[in-house]
Amino acid sequence: MVRREVVGAHYGLRDWLAQRITAVIMMVYTALIVSALIGVRHWDYWQWKALWQVPVVRYATLLFLVSLLLHAWIGMRNIFMDYIKDPGLRLALYVIVIGALVWYGVWSIQIVWSL
Amino acid sequence: MRFSIYRYNPEADEKPRLQSYDIALEPTDRMLLDALVRIKARDDTLSFRRSCREGVCGSDAMNINGKNGLACVTRIADLKEPVEIRPLPGLPVVRDLIVDMSQFFKQYHSVKPYLVNNEPPPEKERLQSPEDREELDGLYECILCACCSTSCPSFWWNPDKFVGPAGLLQAYRFIADTRDQATNERLDDLEDPYRLFRCHSIMNCVEVCPKGLNPTRAIGKIKDLLVKRTV
Repeated sequence: MVRREVVGAHYGLRDWLAQRITAVIMMVYTALIVSALIGVRHWDYWQWKALWQVPVVRYATLLFLVSLLLHAWIGMRNIFMDYIKDPGLRLALYVIVIGALVWYGVWSIQIVWSL
Repeated sequence: MRFSIYRYNPEADEKPRLQSYDIALEPTDRMLLDALVRIKARDDTLSFRRSCREGVCGSDAMNINGKNGLACVTRIADLKEPVEIRPLPGLPVVRDLIVDMSQFFKQYHSVKPYLVNNEPPPEKERLQSPEDREELDGLYECILCACCSTSCPSFWWNPDKFVGPAGLLQAYRFIADTRDQATNERLDDLEDPYRLFRCHSIMNCVEVCPKGLNPTRAIGKIKDLLVKRTV
């Protein structure tokens, strides 16, 4: 194959925008959940369980998780694009990161829904 | 005054070294370039570029006490001793403080830094309203000294793919020009994970620009236009 630098994949805007939007979602969720945690004086197991029975809390957490995973994916890919020169190695790392993130996602949902 | 200057001749030296110089300065020596010229008078093997000696040509960009800048507009009185002078980081060294700027100019040329207008030229000139002309302030002043691009880690890691702050500032200069008709093509060319989106807005470029320009803001405006075009 010819040794030529090629650029011009024509994407990146959507990821750049998604990283900013997911950051805002995570910020809002974190503020809400922290204020909820501070709001209750003495936590016990039943209160904790009751919190996660509220559908809004579960779905908001799901939204937070999706945002976190997407944000992490874009960030990790950016790091690999910056520092990993070999395209084969970069692709392999992408696959590993996507695999790990999907794994974490499923695992997190399982934890939240089993509470 | 004490100086510690990067010396390297790739043809003769195995590796670069820092050479110390103790120089008695005259009261008329105000800027770092004056001191360098005085050092060169004593040791003419020291190589560096300089031309206009007043911050217009952009030839004498170098790394001064860890920060990129132009020697001709850097006041000696503001420098901490020993003054450590190195070539611009990230570019191949030709000799001492002279770097090979090919990669930098290749990226500059890639943004088509000229007016694209297919209408027949008017008899005198293509006029702009004063308001439209104001859009170019903070963009046209760039002298292409490369202080910004060579202080940008994204340019260090991907100089062959990332346009760099200087090139992107110039790209926006022509996007912002109301006389230019190739805005869409320019945006198409820049919408790329490497060419534009390697910029993570760390603003090293803003900190070092000897002309006080803000490439990060220009890059932000390119991104804004891309968003506006898409949503």
